[in-house]
Amino acid sequence: MALQDICNFQSVFEDSLTTEYPAVPHGKKIASNYVSGLPFSNNKSLFHFYIPVAEYLDESPIQFGQISTVQNCSADSSEDPFLTSSTLPTCLPFASSQSVPLPFPMAHGTTTLAFMFQGGVLAAADTRSSCSGLVACPASQKILPIHSHLVGLTSGTSADCALWKRILARELRLYQLRHGRRLSTSGAAKLLSHMLHPFKGTELCVAATLCGWDGGEVDDGCDYHGGTETGPGSHGETTKNQMTEQKNFVDSTNAKVSLAKDERFSFSEQCFIRKKMNLSGPSLFYVCSDGTRLRGMLFSVGSGSPYAYSILDQGVHWGLTVDEAKSIAREAVYRATYRDAYSGNCVDMYHITSKGWTRRNREDLKEEYYREKQRRKHEKTERRDVTFSD
Amino acid sequence: MFQHFGDPGKMKDYHYTGPVEHKFSPYAFNGGTVLAVAGEDFAIVASDTRLSEGYSIHSRDSPKCYKLTDTTVLGCSGFHGDCLTLTKIIDARLKMYKHSNNKTMTSGAIAAMLSTILYSRRFFPYYVYNIIGGLDEEGKGAVYSFDPVGSYQRDTYKAGGSASAMLQPLLDNQIGFKNMEGVEHVPLTKDKAVQLVKDVFISAAERDVYTGDALRICVITKEGINEETIPLRKD
Repeated sequence: MALQDICNFQSVFEDSLTTEYPAVPHGKKIASNYVSGLPFSNNKSLFHFYIPVAEYLDESPIQFGQISTVQNCSADSSEDPFLTSSTLPTCLPFASSQSVPLPFPMAHGTTTLAFMFQGGVLAAADTRSSCSGLVACPASQKILPIHSHLVGLTSGTSADCALWKRILARELRLYQLRHGRRLSTSGAAKLLSHMLHPFKGTELCVAATLCGWDGGEVDDGCDYHGGTETGPGSHGETTKNQMTEQKNFVDSTNAKVSLAKDERFSFSEQCFIRKKMNLSGPSLFYVCSDGTRLRGMLFSVGSGSPYAYSILDQGVHWGLTVDEAKSIAREAVYRATYRDAYSGNCVDMYHITSKGWTRRNREDLKEEYYREKQRRKHEKTERRDVTFSD
Repeated sequence: MFQHFGDPGKMKDYHYTGPVEHKFSPYAFNGGTVLAVAGEDFAIVASDTRLSEGYSIHSRDSPKCYKLTDTTVLGCSGFHGDCLTLTKIIDARLKMYKHSNNKTMTSGAIAAMLSTILYSRRFFPYYVYNIIGGLDEEGKGAVYSFDPVGSYQRDTYKAGGSASAMLQPLLDNQIGFKNMEGVEHVPLTKDKAVQLVKDVFISAAERDVYTGDALRICVITKEGINEETIPLRKD
């Protein structure tokens, strides 16, 4: 895609497209104009989205959930592919109703989780991709590496997640080339959130968790001292105007600040410390297509997330070793796949440290079920022996 | 036809449900099944040749495999109108690539391109289930399966279309050796694969009304693409 920008490929293609789809330039142009204030303004090829306009059918536009401004715009100047319509607001097909009723279901349903601990960030996900009752793919990849120090977990429609991840990877790479340093996870999350914003209200469904290690080019893994209580007692400076889901830290002892939740204090303290340290170290963000962007220490997303949360909330704390963390993550995904019909098959696990991400081999959970069954059977016989001996 | 396209391929029951509003739907379901299998140095793409709509058969000779390059074949089933347009667009893009880069697109590149083409119509999708079969740069068999909006991945085997839910478990068992204990995983030879594909389609034609008439198999090896047509049930 980057090559396309350089050789002006899109403009060549656009000309051939305008005759077929008169509505393309407008919808697409608007989308890219909206985001043109952001760093990647030079490229026109953000995405051509064909928005169905009801002109070719003798139907009232309301039937298709179209906004009339789209039609006016296309009626006025249907021949100019490079219309820069600054007067028009961002108009794309929206609203809650489906514009064209789809005859097929989309792939949904998953369990993904990620948490931070002293050894970095651990991300785990199942591999089942389901399509209203049918398992479309038992071996899909829900954890997509974006660059060497950033990994994204996807939940929602798999096509949306795959493509937006790809776009994000492209933009991050361009940023890195232009500015000579990697964009932080926070910046990447913001970028993704802004890219998804024009599509708010459409049926785009992306719930991504970005896990990364920020730290510039120097290997400064030792700089990050999370969980220390060296920060001052109270600081209104950390203006976290977002609610963060937070894990209780066994280490934190400061509980003086009156916040709604105890956890939030220790977390905001971390933020303060992190700010002092130039925002390096592990970070974890949750970005959703409805506009949410949250920083946190622990996230689980998907239909199996309630089950995963129960395991994680019980066991995750800052001081975990890498092996303990891996086994908790695996257990959480296993329990979620056990109970949630839309999650299953295998577990994928990625561990992100200052040196980048490492991937553990995909593990089939089928073996685990059998082991569990054996264990239960064993316990039952043991229990029976005990009662008999009484 | 009073078909409700929320449930593709299934007939609606004719009973009175109260006043119903009929809307024009730009989609139709034309049936058909596509299958692709990748081997060590070959790939097979097979499809039936029946084109149907509702209770009628439009044609008994409408294969769903489209040859893209010497090493890649695309199988698409679903709405025939979108299949035709999509293949025209892909052909055009292939030509453009060839002219600007002076080389043929590889299977992986075609798959990535198809994904972006499908996603550009995210809000009015092509109602097509695509499967690409071909040889990758190293000469190994590759199969890429897509959903209608562009999500794709590389597989060893995949069935798509109306009988996919019936065929996929059979392939999982015979090619993927899933759910079998204590079985030796022998690699698939070309002849065995072709035989398996024929058997699988014969089974599909038995139970799926939209599959039948004839089977078109394209076997892709480094020597080229070999096509074969085998008759299936016509009822």
